[in-house]
Amino acid sequence: MKILVCVKQVPDAKDVRLDPKTNTLAREGVQSIMNPYDRHAVEAAVRLKEAHGGTVTVLSMGPPQAAEVLREAVSCGADEAVLVSDRAFAGADTWATTYTLAGAVRKLGGFDLVLCGKQAIDGDTAQVGPGLAWRLGIPYVTCVRRIEGCENGLLRAQRLMDDGYDEIEVELPALLTVVKEINEPRIPSLKGKMKAKKLEIATLSAADIGAEPQCIGLAGSTTQVVRVFAPQMTGGKTMITGTVDEIVDQLAAKLEALR
Amino acid sequence: MLKIDREACIGCGICEDTCTFGAIEVVDGCAVVNEKCTLCGSCVDVCEAGALAIERAEKSSQADLGAWKGVWVYAESRNGRLAQVAFELLGAGRRLADDLGVELAAVLIGANIRHQADELVAHGADRVYVADHPALADFTDECYSRVLSALIREHKPEIVLAGATAIGRSFIPHVASEMGTGLTADCTALEIRAEDRTLLQTRPAFGGNVMATIECPHTRPQMATVRPRVMKALVPDAGRAGQVVEVQPASGALESRVRVVNSVVEEQEQVNICEADFVVAGGRGLDNAEGFKLVRELARELGGVVAASRAAVDSGWIGYPHQVGQTGKTVCPKVYIACGISGAIQHVVGMQSADTIIAINRDPAAPIFDVATYGVVGDLFEILPRLTEKLKGGKST
Repeated sequence: MKILVCVKQVPDAKDVRLDPKTNTLAREGVQSIMNPYDRHAVEAAVRLKEAHGGTVTVLSMGPPQAAEVLREAVSCGADEAVLVSDRAFAGADTWATTYTLAGAVRKLGGFDLVLCGKQAIDGDTAQVGPGLAWRLGIPYVTCVRRIEGCENGLLRAQRLMDDGYDEIEVELPALLTVVKEINEPRIPSLKGKMKAKKLEIATLSAADIGAEPQCIGLAGSTTQVVRVFAPQMTGGKTMITGTVDEIVDQLAAKLEALR
Repeated sequence: MLKIDREACIGCGICEDTCTFGAIEVVDGCAVVNEKCTLCGSCVDVCEAGALAIERAEKSSQADLGAWKGVWVYAESRNGRLAQVAFELLGAGRRLADDLGVELAAVLIGANIRHQADELVAHGADRVYVADHPALADFTDECYSRVLSALIREHKPEIVLAGATAIGRSFIPHVASEMGTGLTADCTALEIRAEDRTLLQTRPAFGGNVMATIECPHTRPQMATVRPRVMKALVPDAGRAGQVVEVQPASGALESRVRVVNSVVEEQEQVNICEADFVVAGGRGLDNAEGFKLVRELARELGGVVAASRAAVDSGWIGYPHQVGQTGKTVCPKVYIACGISGAIQHVVGMQSADTIIAINRDPAAPIFDVATYGVVGDLFEILPRLTEKLKGGKST
C-alpha cells in the first residue's frame, strides 16, 4: 500500500496572541510545531504500513524550515519526505494550496491512500483535505476516528458526526482526514531519529510541479484578507467577595434569580 | 509577493510595528520581508512613504459577477430532523438578503424530507429547493455536492451559506471547489459592504486569538460555513408565504464511491450541551477526574449539563463531546459557570456569548475574569459543594 500523508508546520496556536493596542502577535515563546492532527495522520499511515506493507511518504508545503516537521514524521516511521517550497506560494488560501499540493501529489504519483489531519490549528479551515481530494478526483471521508480494515481496494472506517458516527466503506484510491481519537501517536524511536537526521529531503519548486503562476500563492487565491484584529472581550465583570459563606449566599441568590 | 521600494523606504519601522506575523523588519534603514509574510496587506495600508506594495497578477474576474443574485442557505437535515443551525442561517441569511434586496432560498437534501420545507419558509425562506430521493438518505460528500453544485450552476445565487457542522464542513469545500470559488470556514459574523455588495466574512484563526475578515472578490458565489449557535434564528411565522420547488437529481449525481454501511446515533447527555440553559464547566483547576463530581452535582441541581475545557478533556478527565471552545462546541446558554478554567482564548470563543458568565478561579489574574459577568476568586472545592447544598435548601423552603 502506497500512502501519502500531508503535514503542516504551524505556530503553536495556544501561544499566539494579538495585542489589541499594537495589533501585533506576541512573538516570544511561540514554537513552530507539527500540526497536532497531522501527527495522528502520520501514525495512522505507519500503522497501515505495518499491517499491510508498503511505504509512507510525507509531503509538506511551506518555507524551507518546514523540513523540521517532515523529519519528525520520518522519525515516527515515515519512509520518505518531500517539501514543496517556493516564495511564489506565499499568501495562498485553501484553493491555491490544494492546487499546489495536488500538483506535487500528481508529480510523485501512484498513491493508494492520502491522509491529512482534520484541520490545521492556525487556520482551522478543514478545507484542504476535501479540496485536495476534489483536485485529485478521488473520493474522501472527513473526521475519520477509526480505520477498521482494508481489503480488495475497499477501506472501512468510522467517521465522526455531530450526533454519533457513521460506518463507511470507500473505494481506493481515496483521501481521509483524521481526528485525534483515531490513535495515540508514538514517540520517535532512536533509530527513527537517526534516520530522520540523515534523510535527504526532496524539494519541489513551483516549476518542478508545473504550476501556472496565476494559480498559486496570492494570485491563485479566491479569498482575500480584508482586516486582521484582536477579538473583543465583553465582560463588565462584578467581583463577588467575602467569606466562603457570603460568596455562596450571593452566588445562590444570583442563580435563583436566573432559574 | 510583497514589493519593497528601497528608494522610497525611510526605515521608519511603522510596518514592523504593524505586522501581525513578525514578517517585516527594518534592517540597515530599509524594510525587509521574511517568509512569515501572509500578504495580508496591513503594512501596505500604514506605509506613509508609499514604499510597500503587493504585486497582484491582474485577476480575471468571472465574466459577470452581477449575473449572480440571491442568498442561499443549505438546510441540513439528518435522521429526520432539521439541524438547529439551518434556522440560524435563515435568520442571518434573511438579514443579508434584505440588505441586498434579493430573495432568500433554502436547499434541502435527503430522503422523505419534503414536509420540512414549510418549517424553513416559516423561519424566513422565500423559496425552498427540495431534492428528496431515497439515494440521498445517507449523507455522502459526492452526492450531496453534486446536487447542490448543479442547483447553484442553474440558479446562480451570489451567496451560499452552510452550517460549520460535521456535514457542512465536509462537503461544502467540495461544492466550492466544483464552483471554482472561495470558501471561508467557520464564520462568526457576516455583513454586506454596501458600496459593492460584497459579503464580509469574519472568522477566528490561531485558536481564536486573532479575528480575520475575508472577502471573495473575483468569483461567485461567495461561500461561507457559519459556526452553530452564533447567529440568531427568527421567530417562526407559520403564516409566511414561500415557494417550494422540488428538484429531480440527475441520475449520475446519485453515484458515490463512499457507502454508508451504518449510521450510529450515540445517546449521550453531552449531545445537549449546546441546548441547555445552564452549563457548568470544569477545567484544569479541578485537579483530576474526581473533581468533576462537584461540577456534576451542581449541574444536576440546576437542571443543567456538564462541559469542560480542552485541558480537562486532554487530561482524560471527561470525554471530547463535553469540550467547549475553538476545537469543541460553541454554547450559548442562559448561564455558564466556569470552574477552574483559566480562560484561554480558544475556550472563550466557545462560550463568550452566554447571557451570564460566572467564573470561579483561584488565580485572580486568570483571563476568564475578563469575560465574566460575575467573578469569584476562591477555592472551588469549598465553594461548589456548599453552593449545591444551598441551592437544594433554597428549593425546599
